[in-house]
Amino acid sequence: MGRYVLRRLLQLIPVFIGTTFLIYWLVWSLPGDPFSGKCGDRPCPDSYIAFMTEKFNLDDPLIVQYGKYMADLLTGDFGETFRGTSVGELIGEAYPNTIRLALVALAIEAVIGLGAGILTGLRGRGFLDNVVLVSTLFLISLPVFVTGFVLQIVLGFELGWIKTTVTASPAPWGQLIVPGFVLGSLSMAYVTRLTRTSIAENKRADFVRTAVAKGLPQRRVVGVHLLRNSAIPVITFLGTDLGALMGGAIVTEGIFNIKGIGNLVYRGILGKDGLIVTGVVTLLVMVYLLSNLLVDLLYAVLDPRIRYD
Amino acid sequence: MRKPRWIAAAVMPLALALTIAGCGGGSESGTGGTTGSGDAGKTDGALSAFTTEPENPLIPGNTNEAGGSKVVRALFTGLTRYDPVTGESKNAMAEKIDTTDSKVFKIKIKSGWKFHDGTEVKAKNFVDAWNFTALSTNGQQNASFFEQVQGYSDVHTTDPDGAKGPQKAPDPTAKEMSGLKVVDDYNFEVTLAAPFSVFPLKLGYNPFFPLPDSFFSDQKGFESKPIGNGPFKFVSRKPNAEIVLTRNDDYKGDDGPKFKGLTYKVYESLESAYTAVVSGELDFLETVPPSGIAGGKYKQDLEGRNGSTPYMGNQTLSFPLYDPTYQNADLRKALSLAINRQEIVDKIFDGTRIPADGWVNPAVPGYAPGQCGELCTYNPTKAKEYLTKSGFTGAVKLTTNADGGHKDWMTATCNSIKNALAIECSYEPIPTFAETRQQINARAMKGLFRSGWIADYPSIENFLNQIYRTNASSNDATYSSTKLDELLAKADSAPSVADANKLYQEAERVLAEDMPVIPLWNQTSQYGWSDKLDNVRLSSLRELDLTSVTVKK
Repeated sequence: MGRYVLRRLLQLIPVFIGTTFLIYWLVWSLPGDPFSGKCGDRPCPDSYIAFMTEKFNLDDPLIVQYGKYMADLLTGDFGETFRGTSVGELIGEAYPNTIRLALVALAIEAVIGLGAGILTGLRGRGFLDNVVLVSTLFLISLPVFVTGFVLQIVLGFELGWIKTTVTASPAPWGQLIVPGFVLGSLSMAYVTRLTRTSIAENKRADFVRTAVAKGLPQRRVVGVHLLRNSAIPVITFLGTDLGALMGGAIVTEGIFNIKGIGNLVYRGILGKDGLIVTGVVTLLVMVYLLSNLLVDLLYAVLDPRIRYD
Repeated sequence: MRKPRWIAAAVMPLALALTIAGCGGGSESGTGGTTGSGDAGKTDGALSAFTTEPENPLIPGNTNEAGGSKVVRALFTGLTRYDPVTGESKNAMAEKIDTTDSKVFKIKIKSGWKFHDGTEVKAKNFVDAWNFTALSTNGQQNASFFEQVQGYSDVHTTDPDGAKGPQKAPDPTAKEMSGLKVVDDYNFEVTLAAPFSVFPLKLGYNPFFPLPDSFFSDQKGFESKPIGNGPFKFVSRKPNAEIVLTRNDDYKGDDGPKFKGLTYKVYESLESAYTAVVSGELDFLETVPPSGIAGGKYKQDLEGRNGSTPYMGNQTLSFPLYDPTYQNADLRKALSLAINRQEIVDKIFDGTRIPADGWVNPAVPGYAPGQCGELCTYNPTKAKEYLTKSGFTGAVKLTTNADGGHKDWMTATCNSIKNALAIECSYEPIPTFAETRQQINARAMKGLFRSGWIADYPSIENFLNQIYRTNASSNDATYSSTKLDELLAKADSAPSVADANKLYQEAERVLAEDMPVIPLWNQTSQYGWSDKLDNVRLSSLRELDLTSVTVKK
């Protein structure tokens, strides 16, 4: 197990170098000129462009630029944006918000999704099953911005239960519950359906029949034998979803004014601010890789048949 | 290998446990500014206002977009300032600005003013700041505001083949403009290369602010904590989130604020800022988003706390005069006559624009009404006459960036042209603002494109010199007319502002002969505020008027 983890961690290094280069290269090959929209409705003066080009090494060949960037990165310096703010500081501000939002969303989706999935999976067909099926279908078919605006208007303006926008950074947990629900609602529906199917399938599996035949109490059959084995596809989904929740929250962040990385990247791309995009996306890639590693390790914990040695 | 059972049980609620564990970390921080022991007669209180993230570090010479400007203008006070209502230029730090020939200006500044770090503001601070901004190797965006000053061409060299070309600009031969001379601590002299009567009107704009000595020794330090001489002091800044300022109680000007804390908040979208104003979490927003304007929705959402004021900006359609299609002036006039401005303003903008009757905004000193005459009035018959005269038979294209919400009025304008002239017209957007700008700069536009101007300083001159003079910095249409150039040059050297304005107006009438740019409408801004504020108004520069606003107890 230890060697396996070490091997996986070592694999991160080439992946890290590869992705940073790819992203760096992609951002700089986007059409457009970073300084063409920077001076409002007028062209930027030549002296300004010359100064900025010099300052950000934009005249060097791409590979040299990348080399300089990586050299800085190794000393922990993420570089500076064209606005003159430090990328490290921006990421430091934005990441806590995004992580909090993603965790809230993940928790909501895990608790509600698993709960509903287990209930319907165990009960089988019936009224409850139909209700859950219809409501998940409903959630899946709704775009995030609809859910977002509807909840913002109803809960924020009409009922006054929540603040319509997040007021501080880092965002207070309480204010993130509704945005987290909005963000996680789609995945929540998937989790419910995955769990339900998985449980319904495993209910008739040999090991469950054996457990029942051994005379184990119902609680133990379901809690240990059935749930543990049914959790594998769900955990896989949740693990990859964490990354998606962090990187894909642009719409939710916009509606509720959460200062997360989604908008940071979006603006970076629009303004061709390559260092922001590279920095943030690189960290996102790391999150993806690590959460996938965690999921792989959980497999072994959940299913004794899986070994890594 | 057997795994202990408790791990399985611990796995599921992991995420939840993390969430709960972190719960204590959240805290709500209110808007900035502590209520302290302000001067007697000044009320305390704090307010928050909307901003966009400044495009550059908060150095006055490098700031000209709205997001950075409003912060810089709160932190600094220049020689003059502009009246929030009339836009008139008044002395602020200047005791007097004297000139006999509009070429040499003797400027005396008030004594006793201090920067926020306690050092006194002296004549040298102005001269040093101006020289810094003008020097081309410092790469400041506003350098060209000093182009009239004697010696500017020595400190600001131009790249012979543009910034993109392989050649580099030659090194400046001097570090300081010869036209700036410090006489003593409170007096300095500005000599221009040629007489320019409007020059004093520029002095209230960002690049003319003074900079403290510490700026020149430690620019990085200044960027992280700007030091000004204005009504507000810098407290802290969180990138992409907020900029916190507090009242400068040692402020010497008579336009000090009546509240203490000022927090500029950056919102992820205009819509979320609007939502925040409606629910009272944000105190001031100067631009209601299109979703709030539609059907006058903002008037209900913000009942009793909204306003609408014209500001010094206009919207125009420019011809790519480098394209052979649009060479004929009669065609250009025909298109102008074919646009039903009033109807578009009423239907698309809900009446929140003012149809243009010239190329200069009516809120600007020096404006003369009706300069465009009948050419800016919808008249399909006349339009057809001009079209026949031009012999044009092809199709017309309108274009602009797709990410700015211009589609509706662009399409409406196109339809108006189609109906009036019975020629083909299509709207073809370009995805982003940056790409659009790039194509404009490269002179590669294929059809009429959206253009507009927001005054840097309130003068008719600002609407003409920088847009229509041959090779002017914002002459995106590549318009060139010797007649106009001569009139503008004459106006620049006129002995007084009143004489100059007359000549500028005459120059503006040349535009009606050539119609290089079609005036559409003048802008108004719809703004809203929270229940907390009183005496709210929008200044002529489209910012919250910090001198009048008060915070309720």
